[in-house]
Amino acid sequence: MTAQLTFQNVTLGYDRHPAVHHLTGRVDAGTLLAVVGPNGAGKSTLFRGIVGILKPLAGSIDRNGVDVHDIAYLPQSAEIDRTFPISVFDFVGTGLWRATGAFGSLGRPAKQRISGALAAVGLSGFENRNIGTLSGGQMQRMLFARVLLQDARVIVLDEPFNAVDARTTADLVALVQHWHEEGRTVIAALHDMELVHASFPETLLLARTAVAWGPTAEVLTPDNQTEARRMCEAFDDGAPACTAAPQAA
Amino acid sequence: MMLYQALIAPFTEFEFMRRALAGIVALSLGGAPIGVFLMLRRMSLVGDAMAHAILPGAAIGFLLSGLNLFAMTFGGLIAGFAVAILAGLVSRVTELKEDASLAAFYLVSLALGVTIVSMRGTNIDLLHVLFGNILAMDDRTLLVIAFNATLTLLALAVIWRPLVIECVDPLFLRTVSRAGAPAHLIFMALVVINLVNGFHALGTLLAVGLMILPAGIAKFWARDISGMMLVAVGSAMLSGYCGLVLSYHGGLPSGPAIILVAAVIYLISLFFGRSGGVVRKLFPGRHLEA
Repeated sequence: MTAQLTFQNVTLGYDRHPAVHHLTGRVDAGTLLAVVGPNGAGKSTLFRGIVGILKPLAGSIDRNGVDVHDIAYLPQSAEIDRTFPISVFDFVGTGLWRATGAFGSLGRPAKQRISGALAAVGLSGFENRNIGTLSGGQMQRMLFARVLLQDARVIVLDEPFNAVDARTTADLVALVQHWHEEGRTVIAALHDMELVHASFPETLLLARTAVAWGPTAEVLTPDNQTEARRMCEAFDDGAPACTAAPQAA
Repeated sequence: MMLYQALIAPFTEFEFMRRALAGIVALSLGGAPIGVFLMLRRMSLVGDAMAHAILPGAAIGFLLSGLNLFAMTFGGLIAGFAVAILAGLVSRVTELKEDASLAAFYLVSLALGVTIVSMRGTNIDLLHVLFGNILAMDDRTLLVIAFNATLTLLALAVIWRPLVIECVDPLFLRTVSRAGAPAHLIFMALVVINLVNGFHALGTLLAVGLMILPAGIAKFWARDISGMMLVAVGSAMLSGYCGLVLSYHGGLPSGPAIILVAAVIYLISLFFGRSGGVVRKLFPGRHLEA
Protein backbone atom coordinates (compact mmCIF):
# COMPACT_ATOMS: atom_id res chain seq x y z
CA MET A 1 0.00 0.00 0.00
CA THR A 2 1.37 3.41 -0.92
CA ALA A 3 0.66 6.31 1.38
CA GLN A 4 -1.60 8.94 -0.20
CA LEU A 5 -1.31 11.36 2.70
CA THR A 6 1.46 11.41 5.28
CA PHE A 7 1.22 13.63 8.33
CA GLN A 8 4.61 14.35 9.81
CA ASN A 9 4.14 15.78 13.31
CA VAL A 10 1.60 18.27 11.97
CA THR A 11 0.34 21.17 14.06
CA LEU A 12 -2.45 23.28 12.55
CA GLY A 13 -4.16 26.20 14.19
CA TYR A 14 -5.12 29.82 14.35
CA ASP A 15 -3.21 32.70 16.01
CA ARG A 16 -0.56 30.24 17.20
CA HIS A 17 -3.21 28.22 19.11
CA PRO A 18 -3.09 24.62 17.93
CA ALA A 19 -6.38 23.02 16.83
CA VAL A 20 -4.59 19.92 15.57
CA HIS A 21 -1.58 19.19 17.72
CA HIS A 22 1.40 17.03 16.74
CA LEU A 23 -0.49 14.67 14.47
CA THR A 24 1.56 11.92 12.88
CA GLY A 25 0.26 9.17 10.66
CA ARG A 26 -0.63 8.12 7.14
CA VAL A 27 -3.66 7.54 4.96
CA ASP A 28 -3.06 4.82 2.38
CA ALA A 29 -4.22 5.30 -1.19
CA GLY A 30 -7.73 3.99 -1.68
CA THR A 31 -8.66 4.22 2.00
CA LEU A 32 -12.22 5.07 3.02
CA LEU A 33 -11.57 6.91 6.27
CA ALA A 34 -14.03 8.41 8.75
CA VAL A 35 -12.74 11.20 10.97
CA VAL A 36 -14.75 11.42 14.19
CA GLY A 37 -14.41 13.40 17.38
CA PRO A 38 -16.27 15.96 19.45
CA ASN A 39 -16.90 19.52 18.27
CA GLY A 40 -13.67 21.46 18.41
CA ALA A 41 -11.57 18.33 17.97
CA GLY A 42 -9.86 19.80 14.91
CA LYS A 43 -11.59 17.82 12.16
CA SER A 44 -12.34 20.81 9.93
CA THR A 45 -8.94 22.30 10.68
CA LEU A 46 -7.25 19.07 9.63
CA PHE A 47 -9.22 19.09 6.36
CA ARG A 48 -8.30 22.70 5.69
CA GLY A 49 -4.70 21.65 6.13
CA ILE A 50 -5.07 18.69 3.77
CA VAL A 51 -6.47 20.85 0.96
CA GLY A 52 -3.84 23.53 1.53
CA ILE A 53 -6.07 26.40 2.65
CA LEU A 54 -4.37 26.40 6.03
CA LYS A 55 -0.59 26.18 6.26
CA PRO A 56 0.75 24.04 9.12
CA LEU A 57 2.19 25.95 12.08
CA ALA A 58 4.69 23.13 12.33
CA GLY A 59 5.37 19.78 10.71
CA SER A 60 4.42 18.82 7.18
CA ILE A 61 1.73 17.13 5.11
CA ASP A 62 2.92 15.06 2.16
CA ARG A 63 0.31 14.41 -0.53
CA ASN A 64 2.33 11.91 -2.55
CA GLY A 65 2.60 14.15 -5.59
CA VAL A 66 -1.06 15.17 -5.76
CA ASP A 67 -1.41 18.92 -6.29
CA VAL A 68 -3.52 20.57 -3.55
CA HIS A 69 -5.74 21.95 -6.29
CA ASP A 70 -6.50 18.40 -7.44
CA ILE A 71 -8.08 17.43 -4.12
CA ALA A 72 -11.88 17.65 -4.11
CA TYR A 73 -13.06 19.39 -0.94
CA LEU A 74 -16.60 19.76 0.33
CA PRO A 75 -16.46 22.19 3.26
CA GLN A 76 -18.83 21.95 6.21
CA SER A 77 -20.38 25.36 5.76
CA ALA A 78 -19.80 26.28 2.16
CA GLU A 79 -19.46 30.00 1.56
CA ILE A 80 -21.92 29.80 -1.31
CA ASP A 81 -23.89 32.91 -2.22
CA ARG A 82 -27.20 31.23 -2.88
CA THR A 83 -28.77 34.46 -4.17
CA PHE A 84 -26.31 34.57 -7.07
CA PRO A 85 -28.16 34.06 -10.37
CA ILE A 86 -26.48 30.91 -11.64
CA SER A 87 -28.16 27.72 -12.84
CA VAL A 88 -27.61 24.30 -11.28
CA PHE A 89 -26.05 23.14 -14.57
CA ASP A 90 -23.49 25.97 -14.68
CA PHE A 91 -22.72 25.62 -10.98
CA VAL A 92 -22.04 21.90 -11.20
CA GLY A 93 -20.03 22.57 -14.37
CA THR A 94 -17.47 24.50 -12.33
CA GLY A 95 -16.37 21.08 -11.08
CA LEU A 96 -14.65 20.69 -14.46
CA TRP A 97 -12.37 23.65 -13.69
CA ARG A 98 -9.19 21.56 -13.56
CA ALA A 99 -10.01 20.28 -17.05
CA THR A 100 -11.29 23.49 -18.62
CA GLY A 101 -9.46 26.20 -16.68
CA ALA A 102 -10.59 29.78 -17.06
CA PHE A 103 -11.02 29.64 -20.83
CA GLY A 104 -11.60 26.07 -21.98
CA SER A 105 -14.95 25.58 -23.65
CA LEU A 106 -17.58 23.14 -22.45
CA GLY A 107 -17.96 20.88 -25.48
CA ARG A 108 -20.58 18.21 -25.91
CA PRO A 109 -18.65 15.54 -23.95
CA ALA A 110 -18.31 17.96 -21.03
CA LYS A 111 -22.01 18.77 -21.13
CA GLN A 112 -22.82 15.06 -21.15
CA ARG A 113 -20.59 14.55 -18.14
CA ILE A 114 -22.41 17.35 -16.30
CA SER A 115 -25.79 15.83 -17.14
CA GLY A 116 -24.47 12.44 -16.06
CA ALA A 117 -23.29 13.81 -12.73
CA LEU A 118 -26.68 15.45 -12.12
CA ALA A 119 -28.40 12.15 -12.94
CA ALA A 120 -26.07 10.28 -10.56
CA VAL A 121 -27.16 12.44 -7.62
CA GLY A 122 -30.82 12.39 -8.64
CA LEU A 123 -31.06 15.97 -9.83
CA SER A 124 -32.04 15.37 -13.46
CA GLY A 125 -34.54 18.01 -14.50
CA PHE A 126 -33.03 20.65 -12.22
CA GLU A 127 -30.52 21.85 -14.83
CA ASN A 128 -32.05 25.26 -15.48
CA ARG A 129 -33.17 26.01 -11.94
CA ASN A 130 -31.27 28.74 -10.10
CA ILE A 131 -29.28 27.39 -7.16
CA GLY A 132 -31.25 29.60 -4.77
CA THR A 133 -34.40 27.53 -5.38
CA LEU A 134 -32.89 24.27 -4.07
CA SER A 135 -33.72 22.76 -0.67
CA GLY A 136 -30.96 21.87 1.76
CA GLY A 137 -30.84 18.24 0.67
CA GLN A 138 -30.91 19.13 -3.03
CA MET A 139 -28.10 21.61 -2.42
CA GLN A 140 -26.00 18.84 -0.87
CA ARG A 141 -26.78 16.55 -3.82
CA MET A 142 -25.66 19.32 -6.17
CA LEU A 143 -22.39 19.76 -4.28
CA PHE A 144 -21.78 16.01 -4.53
CA ALA A 145 -22.36 16.24 -8.28
CA ARG A 146 -19.64 18.85 -8.47
CA VAL A 147 -17.26 16.65 -6.46
CA LEU A 148 -18.12 13.82 -8.87
CA LEU A 149 -17.07 15.97 -11.84
CA GLN A 150 -13.82 16.97 -10.17
CA ASP A 151 -12.76 13.35 -10.70
CA ALA A 152 -10.22 13.65 -7.88
CA ARG A 153 -7.98 10.91 -6.51
CA VAL A 154 -8.40 12.38 -3.04
CA ILE A 155 -11.83 13.50 -1.81
CA VAL A 156 -12.35 15.32 1.48
CA LEU A 157 -15.91 15.68 2.82
CA ASP A 158 -16.52 17.77 5.95
CA GLU A 159 -19.70 16.58 7.71
CA PRO A 160 -21.42 15.96 4.37
CA PHE A 161 -24.60 14.47 5.87
CA ASN A 162 -25.48 17.21 8.34
CA ALA A 163 -29.10 18.33 8.14
CA VAL A 164 -29.77 15.84 5.36
CA ASP A 165 -32.65 13.35 5.52
CA ALA A 166 -32.21 9.58 5.62
CA ARG A 167 -32.95 8.94 1.97
CA THR A 168 -30.56 11.61 0.72
CA THR A 169 -27.91 10.33 3.12
CA ALA A 170 -28.36 6.79 1.79
CA ASP A 171 -28.03 8.00 -1.82
CA LEU A 172 -24.93 10.02 -1.07
CA VAL A 173 -23.30 7.27 1.01
CA ALA A 174 -23.80 4.94 -1.98
CA LEU A 175 -21.90 7.48 -4.07
CA VAL A 176 -19.10 7.53 -1.50
CA GLN A 177 -18.97 3.71 -1.58
CA HIS A 178 -18.72 3.89 -5.34
CA TRP A 179 -15.77 6.27 -5.14
CA HIS A 180 -14.13 3.85 -2.70
CA GLU A 181 -14.61 0.98 -5.14
CA GLU A 182 -13.00 3.09 -7.86
CA GLY A 183 -9.89 3.24 -5.71
CA ARG A 184 -10.13 6.88 -4.70
CA THR A 185 -9.04 8.01 -1.26
CA VAL A 186 -12.08 9.36 0.59
CA ILE A 187 -11.91 11.09 3.96
CA ALA A 188 -15.12 12.22 5.68
CA ALA A 189 -15.84 13.90 9.00
CA LEU A 190 -18.91 12.32 10.60
CA HIS A 191 -20.95 12.37 13.79
CA ASP A 192 -23.26 9.43 13.07
CA MET A 193 -21.45 6.47 14.67
CA GLU A 194 -23.89 3.92 13.24
CA LEU A 195 -23.08 5.17 9.77
CA VAL A 196 -19.34 5.00 10.49
CA HIS A 197 -19.67 1.39 11.72
CA ALA A 198 -21.76 0.43 8.72
CA SER A 199 -19.90 2.09 5.88
CA PHE A 200 -16.40 3.20 6.86
CA PRO A 201 -13.76 0.48 7.28
CA GLU A 202 -11.22 2.80 8.90
CA THR A 203 -11.60 5.56 11.46
CA LEU A 204 -9.46 8.30 12.93
CA LEU A 205 -10.69 9.42 16.35
CA LEU A 206 -9.42 12.96 16.66
CA ALA A 207 -9.17 15.19 19.71
CA ARG A 208 -6.55 17.67 18.60
CA THR A 209 -4.28 14.72 18.19
CA ALA A 210 -5.03 11.13 17.24
CA VAL A 211 -6.69 9.30 20.15
CA ALA A 212 -6.97 6.16 18.04
CA TRP A 213 -6.50 5.38 14.37
CA GLY A 214 -7.19 2.11 12.56
CA PRO A 215 -10.00 -0.35 11.81
CA THR A 216 -13.30 1.19 12.87
CA ALA A 217 -14.30 -1.50 15.35
CA GLU A 218 -11.03 -1.15 17.25
CA VAL A 219 -11.14 2.66 17.29
CA LEU A 220 -14.70 3.35 18.40
CA THR A 221 -14.51 1.80 21.86
CA PRO A 222 -16.27 3.56 24.77
CA ASP A 223 -12.93 4.16 26.49
CA ASN A 224 -11.46 5.88 23.44
CA GLN A 225 -14.51 8.11 23.04
CA THR A 226 -14.44 9.18 26.68
CA GLU A 227 -10.77 9.94 26.30
CA ALA A 228 -11.49 12.07 23.19
CA ARG A 229 -14.12 14.15 25.00
CA ARG A 230 -11.73 14.77 27.90
CA MET A 231 -8.96 16.04 25.65
CA CYS A 232 -10.94 18.77 23.91
CA GLU A 233 -10.44 21.60 26.35
CA ALA A 234 -10.74 25.27 25.32
CA PHE A 235 -8.00 27.53 24.02
CA ASP A 236 -5.96 29.13 26.76
CA ASP A 237 -4.76 32.63 25.91
CA GLY A 238 -2.09 32.40 28.54
CA ALA A 239 -0.76 29.06 27.34
CA PRO A 240 3.04 28.90 27.12
CA ALA A 241 4.78 28.09 23.84
CA CYS A 242 4.72 24.38 23.12
CA THR A 243 8.08 22.70 23.60
CA ALA A 244 7.08 19.11 22.96
CA ALA A 245 9.77 17.20 21.16
CA PRO A 246 8.72 16.00 17.69
CA GLN A 247 7.44 12.44 17.95
CA ALA A 248 9.10 9.79 15.92
CA ALA A 249 7.21 9.06 12.74
CA MET B 1 -42.30 65.29 -38.26
CA MET B 2 -42.88 66.48 -34.73
CA LEU B 3 -41.42 63.24 -33.49
CA TYR B 4 -38.37 63.64 -35.69
CA GLN B 5 -37.87 67.18 -34.39
CA ALA B 6 -38.15 66.03 -30.82
CA LEU B 7 -36.19 62.79 -30.86
CA ILE B 8 -33.70 62.82 -33.71
CA ALA B 9 -33.08 66.39 -34.84
CA PRO B 10 -31.01 67.38 -31.79
CA PHE B 11 -28.48 64.74 -32.77
CA THR B 12 -28.40 65.46 -36.51
CA GLU B 13 -28.11 69.19 -36.00
CA PHE B 14 -25.56 69.45 -33.23
CA GLU B 15 -22.22 67.74 -33.11
CA PHE B 16 -21.92 68.05 -29.33
CA MET B 17 -25.15 66.06 -28.96
CA ARG B 18 -23.84 63.30 -31.24
CA ARG B 19 -20.63 63.20 -29.25
CA ALA B 20 -22.51 63.05 -25.98
CA LEU B 21 -24.60 60.17 -27.31
CA ALA B 22 -21.51 58.28 -28.46
CA GLY B 23 -19.98 58.88 -25.05
CA ILE B 24 -23.06 57.51 -23.30
CA VAL B 25 -23.04 54.39 -25.46
CA ALA B 26 -19.41 53.72 -24.61
CA LEU B 27 -20.00 54.50 -20.95
CA SER B 28 -22.95 52.10 -20.81
CA LEU B 29 -21.07 49.28 -22.52
CA GLY B 30 -18.24 49.40 -19.99
CA GLY B 31 -19.94 50.57 -16.84
CA ALA B 32 -23.20 48.63 -16.73
CA PRO B 33 -21.64 45.12 -16.68
CA ILE B 34 -19.24 46.26 -13.96
CA GLY B 35 -22.24 47.62 -12.06
CA VAL B 36 -23.97 44.24 -12.26
CA PHE B 37 -20.96 42.54 -10.67
CA LEU B 38 -20.70 45.27 -8.03
CA MET B 39 -24.33 44.66 -7.10
CA LEU B 40 -24.01 40.86 -7.08
CA ARG B 41 -20.95 41.14 -4.85
CA ARG B 42 -22.89 43.48 -2.54
CA MET B 43 -20.40 46.24 -3.31
CA SER B 44 -22.77 48.91 -4.65
CA LEU B 45 -21.88 51.39 -1.93
CA VAL B 46 -18.20 50.51 -2.24
CA GLY B 47 -18.44 51.72 -5.84
CA ASP B 48 -19.94 54.98 -4.66
CA ALA B 49 -17.24 55.49 -2.06
CA MET B 50 -14.52 54.75 -4.61
CA ALA B 51 -16.02 57.32 -6.96
CA HIS B 52 -15.46 60.03 -4.38
CA ALA B 53 -12.01 58.71 -3.67
CA ILE B 54 -11.00 59.47 -7.24
CA LEU B 55 -11.58 63.19 -6.74
CA PRO B 56 -8.32 64.35 -5.08
CA GLY B 57 -6.23 62.62 -7.74
CA ALA B 58 -8.19 64.25 -10.53
CA ALA B 59 -8.06 67.54 -8.61
CA ILE B 60 -4.29 67.43 -8.29
CA GLY B 61 -4.09 66.79 -12.02
CA PHE B 62 -6.34 69.81 -12.48
CA LEU B 63 -4.19 71.91 -10.15
CA LEU B 64 -1.04 71.07 -12.08
CA SER B 65 -2.34 71.42 -15.61
CA GLY B 66 -5.85 72.86 -15.67
CA LEU B 67 -8.74 70.99 -17.30
CA ASN B 68 -6.31 68.63 -18.98
CA LEU B 69 -7.85 65.27 -19.80
CA PHE B 70 -4.82 63.06 -19.36
CA ALA B 71 -3.59 64.70 -16.18
CA MET B 72 -7.04 64.30 -14.59
CA THR B 73 -7.50 60.73 -15.84
CA PHE B 74 -4.09 59.69 -14.64
CA GLY B 75 -4.54 61.39 -11.28
CA GLY B 76 -7.95 59.79 -10.85
CA LEU B 77 -6.62 56.31 -11.65
CA ILE B 78 -3.78 56.64 -9.15
CA ALA B 79 -6.04 57.97 -6.40
CA GLY B 80 -8.63 55.25 -7.05
CA PHE B 81 -6.10 52.42 -6.91
CA ALA B 82 -4.45 53.93 -3.84
CA VAL B 83 -7.70 54.11 -1.88
CA ALA B 84 -8.80 50.63 -2.97
CA ILE B 85 -5.52 49.12 -1.83
CA LEU B 86 -5.22 51.19 1.35
CA ALA B 87 -8.79 50.46 2.45
CA GLY B 88 -8.21 46.76 1.91
CA LEU B 89 -4.94 46.97 3.83
CA VAL B 90 -6.41 48.88 6.78
CA SER B 91 -9.21 46.36 7.18
CA ARG B 92 -6.74 43.47 7.01
CA VAL B 93 -4.20 44.90 9.44
CA THR B 94 -6.56 46.54 11.95
CA GLU B 95 -9.91 45.64 13.49
CA LEU B 96 -11.77 48.14 11.26
CA LYS B 97 -14.10 46.56 8.69
CA GLU B 98 -13.55 47.37 5.02
CA ASP B 99 -16.73 49.45 4.65
CA ALA B 100 -15.86 51.64 7.62
CA SER B 101 -12.33 52.24 6.42
CA LEU B 102 -13.63 53.00 2.91
CA ALA B 103 -16.09 55.52 4.35
CA ALA B 104 -13.26 57.25 6.20
CA PHE B 105 -11.11 57.34 3.07
CA TYR B 106 -13.81 58.71 0.83
CA LEU B 107 -14.84 61.48 3.24
CA VAL B 108 -11.23 62.63 3.46
CA SER B 109 -10.88 62.35 -0.33
CA LEU B 110 -14.00 64.37 -1.08
CA ALA B 111 -13.03 67.17 1.31
CA LEU B 112 -9.48 67.18 0.02
CA GLY B 113 -10.56 67.16 -3.63
CA VAL B 114 -13.01 70.04 -3.31
CA THR B 115 -10.41 72.07 -1.39
CA ILE B 116 -7.74 71.48 -4.03
CA VAL B 117 -10.03 72.45 -6.90
CA SER B 118 -11.14 75.62 -5.09
CA MET B 119 -7.54 76.65 -4.54
CA ARG B 120 -7.02 77.22 -8.21
CA GLY B 121 -10.27 77.02 -10.08
CA THR B 122 -13.57 78.85 -10.15
CA ASN B 123 -16.97 77.62 -9.05
CA ILE B 124 -17.59 76.57 -12.67
CA ASP B 125 -14.58 74.28 -12.50
CA LEU B 126 -15.84 72.87 -9.25
CA LEU B 127 -19.24 72.18 -10.79
CA HIS B 128 -17.52 70.51 -13.72
CA VAL B 129 -15.57 68.22 -11.40
CA LEU B 130 -18.53 67.39 -9.18
CA PHE B 131 -21.14 66.87 -11.87
CA GLY B 132 -19.16 66.49 -15.09
CA ASN B 133 -20.25 67.90 -18.40
CA ILE B 134 -21.07 65.35 -21.01
CA LEU B 135 -22.03 68.07 -23.51
CA ALA B 136 -18.54 69.55 -23.47
CA MET B 137 -16.68 66.37 -24.36
CA ASP B 138 -13.98 66.81 -26.97
CA ASP B 139 -12.71 64.11 -29.31
CA ARG B 140 -9.89 63.09 -27.02
CA THR B 141 -12.19 62.59 -24.04
CA LEU B 142 -14.47 60.51 -26.23
CA LEU B 143 -11.53 58.39 -27.35
CA VAL B 144 -10.39 57.83 -23.78
CA ILE B 145 -13.89 56.75 -22.74
CA ALA B 146 -14.22 54.43 -25.74
CA PHE B 147 -10.77 52.96 -25.10
CA ASN B 148 -11.61 52.30 -21.45
CA ALA B 149 -14.92 50.69 -22.38
CA THR B 150 -13.20 48.40 -24.89
CA LEU B 151 -10.57 47.49 -22.33
CA THR B 152 -13.29 46.72 -19.79
CA LEU B 153 -15.19 44.38 -22.09
CA LEU B 154 -12.05 42.54 -23.15
CA ALA B 155 -10.81 42.16 -19.57
CA LEU B 156 -14.23 41.00 -18.37
CA ALA B 157 -14.27 38.34 -21.08
CA VAL B 158 -10.89 37.11 -19.87
CA ILE B 159 -11.71 36.97 -16.14
CA TRP B 160 -15.40 36.04 -16.56
CA ARG B 161 -15.31 32.45 -15.35
CA PRO B 162 -13.06 32.92 -12.31
CA LEU B 163 -14.93 36.11 -11.40
CA VAL B 164 -18.32 34.41 -11.50
CA ILE B 165 -17.06 31.46 -9.44
CA GLU B 166 -15.39 33.85 -7.01
CA CYS B 167 -18.72 35.59 -6.50
CA VAL B 168 -20.79 32.46 -5.99
CA ASP B 169 -18.36 30.13 -4.19
CA PRO B 170 -15.00 31.77 -3.31
CA LEU B 171 -13.83 28.87 -1.14
CA PHE B 172 -14.26 26.40 -4.01
CA LEU B 173 -12.22 28.60 -6.34
CA ARG B 174 -9.48 28.73 -3.72
CA THR B 175 -9.37 24.95 -3.53
CA VAL B 176 -9.07 24.43 -7.30
CA SER B 177 -6.96 27.34 -8.46
CA ARG B 178 -5.03 30.45 -7.69
CA ALA B 179 -7.07 32.58 -10.11
CA GLY B 180 -9.32 34.14 -7.47
CA ALA B 181 -7.03 36.89 -6.21
CA PRO B 182 -5.89 38.10 -9.67
CA ALA B 183 -9.50 38.07 -10.90
CA HIS B 184 -10.58 40.17 -7.92
CA LEU B 185 -7.73 42.65 -8.41
CA ILE B 186 -8.42 43.03 -12.13
CA PHE B 187 -12.09 43.55 -11.33
CA MET B 188 -11.26 46.30 -8.84
CA ALA B 189 -9.02 47.92 -11.48
CA LEU B 190 -11.93 47.80 -13.93
CA VAL B 191 -14.14 49.46 -11.31
CA VAL B 192 -11.66 52.31 -10.97
CA ILE B 193 -11.24 52.67 -14.75
CA ASN B 194 -14.99 52.89 -15.27
CA LEU B 195 -15.39 55.34 -12.42
CA VAL B 196 -12.82 57.60 -14.07
CA ASN B 197 -14.83 57.19 -17.27
CA GLY B 198 -18.03 58.16 -15.50
CA PHE B 199 -16.20 61.01 -13.81
CA HIS B 200 -15.53 62.70 -17.16
CA ALA B 201 -19.13 62.50 -18.24
CA LEU B 202 -21.18 62.64 -15.06
CA GLY B 203 -18.77 64.03 -12.47
CA THR B 204 -17.55 62.51 -9.26
CA LEU B 205 -20.93 62.54 -7.50
CA LEU B 206 -22.89 60.76 -10.20
CA ALA B 207 -20.15 58.60 -11.75
CA VAL B 208 -21.62 55.38 -10.33
CA GLY B 209 -25.11 56.32 -11.51
CA LEU B 210 -24.85 54.59 -14.87
CA MET B 211 -23.28 51.54 -13.18
CA ILE B 212 -25.53 50.87 -10.20
CA LEU B 213 -28.99 51.98 -11.37
CA PRO B 214 -28.93 49.86 -14.56
CA ALA B 215 -27.71 46.91 -12.46
CA GLY B 216 -30.65 47.41 -10.13
CA ILE B 217 -33.01 47.57 -13.09
CA ALA B 218 -31.55 44.37 -14.54
CA LYS B 219 -32.15 42.49 -11.29
CA PHE B 220 -35.91 42.97 -11.78
CA TRP B 221 -36.04 41.62 -15.33
CA ALA B 222 -33.44 38.89 -15.82
CA ARG B 223 -32.82 35.65 -13.93
CA ASP B 224 -29.35 34.80 -15.19
CA ILE B 225 -26.21 36.85 -15.29
CA SER B 226 -25.87 37.17 -19.08
CA GLY B 227 -29.44 38.39 -19.30
CA MET B 228 -28.74 40.88 -16.52
CA MET B 229 -25.76 42.24 -18.46
CA LEU B 230 -27.91 42.81 -21.54
CA VAL B 231 -30.74 44.50 -19.64
CA ALA B 232 -28.24 46.66 -17.73
CA VAL B 233 -26.40 47.85 -20.84
CA GLY B 234 -29.68 48.43 -22.69
CA SER B 235 -31.29 50.41 -19.90
CA ALA B 236 -28.11 52.47 -19.40
CA MET B 237 -28.13 53.41 -23.09
CA LEU B 238 -31.83 54.17 -23.02
CA SER B 239 -31.42 56.39 -19.95
CA GLY B 240 -28.54 58.17 -21.64
CA TYR B 241 -30.49 58.84 -24.80
CA CYS B 242 -33.70 59.96 -23.05
CA GLY B 243 -31.70 62.03 -20.58
CA LEU B 244 -29.91 63.87 -23.39
CA VAL B 245 -33.18 64.57 -25.23
CA LEU B 246 -34.76 65.74 -22.01
CA SER B 247 -31.89 68.04 -21.13
CA TYR B 248 -31.86 69.43 -24.69
CA HIS B 249 -35.53 70.37 -24.74
CA GLY B 250 -35.93 71.25 -21.09
CA GLY B 251 -32.67 73.08 -20.61
CA LEU B 252 -31.75 70.70 -17.78
CA PRO B 253 -28.21 69.77 -16.74
CA SER B 254 -27.43 66.66 -18.79
CA GLY B 255 -25.78 64.43 -16.17
CA PRO B 256 -28.54 64.66 -13.58
CA ALA B 257 -31.18 64.35 -16.35
CA ILE B 258 -29.64 61.03 -17.45
CA ILE B 259 -29.52 59.69 -13.91
CA LEU B 260 -33.09 60.83 -13.26
CA VAL B 261 -34.33 58.95 -16.32
CA ALA B 262 -32.47 55.88 -15.07
CA ALA B 263 -34.14 56.40 -11.70
CA VAL B 264 -37.58 56.50 -13.33
CA ILE B 265 -36.87 53.23 -15.17
CA TYR B 266 -35.63 51.80 -11.90
CA LEU B 267 -38.86 52.78 -10.12
CA ILE B 268 -40.97 51.25 -12.88
CA SER B 269 -38.92 48.05 -12.67
CA LEU B 270 -39.22 48.05 -8.90
CA PHE B 271 -43.00 47.94 -9.20
CA PHE B 272 -43.60 45.99 -12.38
CA GLY B 273 -40.40 43.91 -12.70
CA ARG B 274 -40.94 40.32 -13.80
CA SER B 275 -38.56 38.86 -11.26
CA GLY B 276 -39.22 40.10 -7.75
CA GLY B 277 -41.11 43.32 -8.55
CA VAL B 278 -43.49 44.72 -5.91
CA VAL B 279 -46.67 44.07 -7.91
CA ARG B 280 -45.65 40.45 -8.51
CA LYS B 281 -44.99 40.05 -4.81
CA LEU B 282 -48.32 41.57 -3.76
CA PHE B 283 -50.43 39.86 -6.43
CA PRO B 284 -48.63 36.63 -7.24
CA GLY B 285 -51.72 34.96 -8.72
CA ARG B 286 -53.04 31.58 -7.61
CA HIS B 287 -50.44 29.08 -6.50
CA LEU B 288 -49.47 26.30 -8.87
CA GLU B 289 -50.20 22.58 -8.73
CA ALA B 290 -46.54 21.62 -8.28
